[in-house]
Amino acid sequence: MRFTLKKDKSGVVVVGVEGQLIVGNRQELKQKVLDALEDGSRKFVIDFSKTGYIDSSGLGVLVSLSKKIREQGGELRLAGLNADLQTLFELTKLDTLFAITRTAEEALAAF
Amino acid sequence: MKLDVPSDLGMVGDAVELVASHLPPGTLSPRRISFNLRTALAEALGNAIRYGTGEDPERVVRVQVELERDAVRIYVVDDGHGFDPTGLPDPTHPDNLEREYGRGLFVIRHLVDDVAFNEKGNGICLTLRAG
Repeated sequence: MRFTLKKDKSGVVVVGVEGQLIVGNRQELKQKVLDALEDGSRKFVIDFSKTGYIDSSGLGVLVSLSKKIREQGGELRLAGLNADLQTLFELTKLDTLFAITRTAEEALAAF
Repeated sequence: MKLDVPSDLGMVGDAVELVASHLPPGTLSPRRISFNLRTALAEALGNAIRYGTGEDPERVVRVQVELERDAVRIYVVDDGHGFDPTGLPDPTHPDNLEREYGRGLFVIRHLVDDVAFNEKGNGICLTLRAG
């Protein structure tokens, strides 16, 4: 499990989630994104193309981050969900809360 | 298979991997192990550690896995006071959608075939049937 942060040339921060986003590591992701927000970044993509599973704590931290980013005038987009993760977002209706794209590249292009 | 998991949220991922990697092939499809079982067990362990044992490192959460011909049952039991699983708010209601917490049991119920609690409410049994 690890998180990677990269900033593209237009200033969008792309966060990669490798492994899982669960109760045991959600704070690490939250802190990394909040640090980037505090440093002035406002546009974020979280790329789940290398993510196996997400529990409700992981979903909760995404909701919390999305709110904080919006409060600062920014936007959080999600990308790369596999079929199971897409179903998880649909059954919790969180697909209505987030802009979700098939790939991180599509999310970047949509900003 | 029996496992005592320390009451430490940082141990949830490792405990889930340990259980998932020791399941013999055949009963559940790799996809169901990879997603449904891992997610539901992480939920159950996270709830037990956070609410049941209060993240007290001196306490443990007990996991027991029973393999049947056509199902896997996973018991997760803590030594806490238990809770009433009925009457929880619907996390998909528009008023609750932006809440950070409150989706755990809802997610579990959608990922496994059966969920049962013991009388005290400090133990949950997750059943995943073959297929």
